Amino acid sequence: MLSRPIIEARAIHKSFGPLKVLDGVDLVVAERELVFIIGPSGSGKSTLLRCLNRLEEPTSGHIVGDGIDVLARRTDINALRRRIGMVFQSFNLYPHMTALGNVAFALRRVVGLRRRDAEERARSALALVGLADKADAYPAQLSGGQQQRVAIARAVALEPRVMLFDEPTSALDPELVGSVLRVMRQLREGGMTMVVVSHEMEFARAAADRVLFMDGGRVIEQGPLDCLFGAPKSDRLRAFLRSLERH
Amino acid sequence: MELFVSSFLNVEVVWAARALLLQGFANTMLLIAIAVPLGLAGGLLLALLSLTPVRIARLLLAVWVDLFRALPPLVLLVFVYEGLPFAGLELGPLGSVAVAFLLNSSAYYAEILRAGIDSVPRGQWEAARSSGLSALDTLGWVVLPQAVRNVLPDLVSNTLEVVKLTSIASVVAMPELLYQARQAQSVTYNASPLVAAALIYLLLLWPLVRLLSRLEHRLPSRM
Amino acid sequence: MSGWELFLFSFLNLRVMAEYLPSIAAGFLLTVQLAALIIASGLALALLLAVLRSLGSLVLSFAIVLFVDLFRAIPPLVLIVLLYFGLPNLGFTPSGFVCTWVVLALVLAAFAEEIVWAGILSVPKGQWEAARSTGLSFFTTLRCVVLPQALRLAIAPLTNRTIAITKGTALGSVVAVSEILAQASAGVSFSSNPSPLTLGALAYLVLFGPMVLLARRIERRFAWRH
Ligand SMILES: Nc1ncnc2c1ncn2[C@@H]1O[C@H](COP(=O)(O)OP(=O)(O)OP(=O)(O)O)[C@@H](O)[C@H]1O
Ligand SMILES: [Mg+2]
Repeated sequence: MLSRPIIEARAIHKSFGPLKVLDGVDLVVAERELVFIIGPSGSGKSTLLRCLNRLEEPTSGHIVGDGIDVLARRTDINALRRRIGMVFQSFNLYPHMTALGNVAFALRRVVGLRRRDAEERARSALALVGLADKADAYPAQLSGGQQQRVAIARAVALEPRVMLFDEPTSALDPELVGSVLRVMRQLREGGMTMVVVSHEMEFARAAADRVLFMDGGRVIEQGPLDCLFGAPKSDRLRAFLRSLERH
Repeated sequence: MELFVSSFLNVEVVWAARALLLQGFANTMLLIAIAVPLGLAGGLLLALLSLTPVRIARLLLAVWVDLFRALPPLVLLVFVYEGLPFAGLELGPLGSVAVAFLLNSSAYYAEILRAGIDSVPRGQWEAARSSGLSALDTLGWVVLPQAVRNVLPDLVSNTLEVVKLTSIASVVAMPELLYQARQAQSVTYNASPLVAAALIYLLLLWPLVRLLSRLEHRLPSRM
Repeated sequence: MSGWELFLFSFLNLRVMAEYLPSIAAGFLLTVQLAALIIASGLALALLLAVLRSLGSLVLSFAIVLFVDLFRAIPPLVLIVLLYFGLPNLGFTPSGFVCTWVVLALVLAAFAEEIVWAGILSVPKGQWEAARSTGLSFFTTLRCVVLPQALRLAIAPLTNRTIAITKGTALGSVVAVSEILAQASAGVSFSSNPSPLTLGALAYLVLFGPMVLLARRIERRFAWRH
């Protein structure tokens, strides 16, 4: 443990009707840590991330995020979500707003900044992801990589304590992946706490403190990348690693 | 509450008026059987005309369609029923309804069918023609089935409107459902026959409305 | 008289038209007022219902669907006649104007709610999630993120439907509303000449023609999807 935890999720269970998707997952993320989650399709990675900011309501379990009980009824979920940034596989930019509008919107509506202050902060967030010159472009005018960087800027501008990434590069053409990973590296170097679901092993090798392998709604193994990949303990991880090599 | 029941949901009054209502219902069905096929046929004809490469034909069709989109059908019907006799053309209630509905609903059907035909890729024409099918066979067996499927919700929705619209025939003394219900109401001073007419329409058309809502909400979600 | 002259005398009789121009103009003004009331209240109610439906309460959604189905299935003229001739039995005597307004506004609300709702449904779930995950509230997300996209998709069918239903103002003539058709019809029986009807039809074209053209433009403009 590097320092005190920012996220502490205990015994998370989640079912969709009869389908058990999360079956008692524990996830503790320390400040400034980058946790990398891998696992086969349908193993519950996205669902776990989405439980952390309550986009999905866990069936049972406890989650403390930045010292606040995430699942408590009286928790102001909107105030909390602002502290937990999320980046989606499909970008989800608002198509009717410019890049600047996308980033500034929550700054005005949630943080309550005045227009000028919000836009100023939005501009510096866009500059951070290397898109200062695209502030006035609409999402449809941007490449996938640029859209995803705007989406990152939208989350970063709120100055979250932790950022969740759900396969941020899997919808991108290979030549655009690098630009997004560079921004993520840069965030990491800036000390951002991150939980990343991804198949970008190069990135994991370079940036992850810890890798979590999930299958069937459970965390099967976890540890530093080299330990996990060098000496997989479970058959499932071995099978998964073989399937990765085949690509 | 009792007053409401006795003047709106009075079973005895409705029962006494059953012959009128039944006859009205039969006439409404007759109107539907005339208006829907007539509108569809007229609409198909107009849609096919608009396929001609002649620019002016397309334009004229657009003007024609817009004309009837702007003109209330009741105005059209009254014009045919009250106006044309002055030119020596006495069509009577049924004839007037037929003409007015032909003009009005064919314009809507034409617009829908044209959009449907436009939605079928050109490759379909070319593939069918190059396999030796005649133009008519291509249209009838290849293009129209796809066109209709692509605009099915709009076709169903327009048909629903045409069916409901037959109620305006009551204005020109055509003894259809609404007209007969109103007759019964004015004799008995009781609104129950009108409620009965509304319920009959509801029973007749609810399945269609449900179907439509299914079709409409099947919109694929898009980004 | 030749056929052509007879036609002109009957349907484009300028003397008769001039005589009935004032009453048809009065009918025109009344129709404009009625149409404006129907559109404003019908669309406002539709939006309200669509928002209520998006709350996801089963009871509420069921009630809204019931309302929508009812007003989609029953012909507006039947409802207008029912209100106008039926309500006096309960001691209310609403004017034909009010009956026509209320019925057509409700019918428009029913149809428009369905269109707006379909638009809301077609906005990808990711838009909701992205907005909510930045801390935006449900209503802010609905109002500023989802509705603008939903309405963009809805605007073409919405204008078409609004025109089709608002044209129903002519139904008011059946319940003694002195709108265009009623005035024109009265003119025909007074003058024994159908030219007032021509004038009435023209008045309707003047009123709804521009709306139809606008709808065409909107259709073209919003035909593409983002
Ligand atoms: N809203 C939902 N309703 C029903 N089932 C769901 C829902 N969301 C996810 N699931 C199911 O839960 C399981 C886990 O889904 P999840 O998206 O968490 O997997 P994942 O590990 O992220 O997979 P992938 O790598 O394909 O993204 C899957 O079987 C999925 O079908
Ligand atoms: Mg996933």
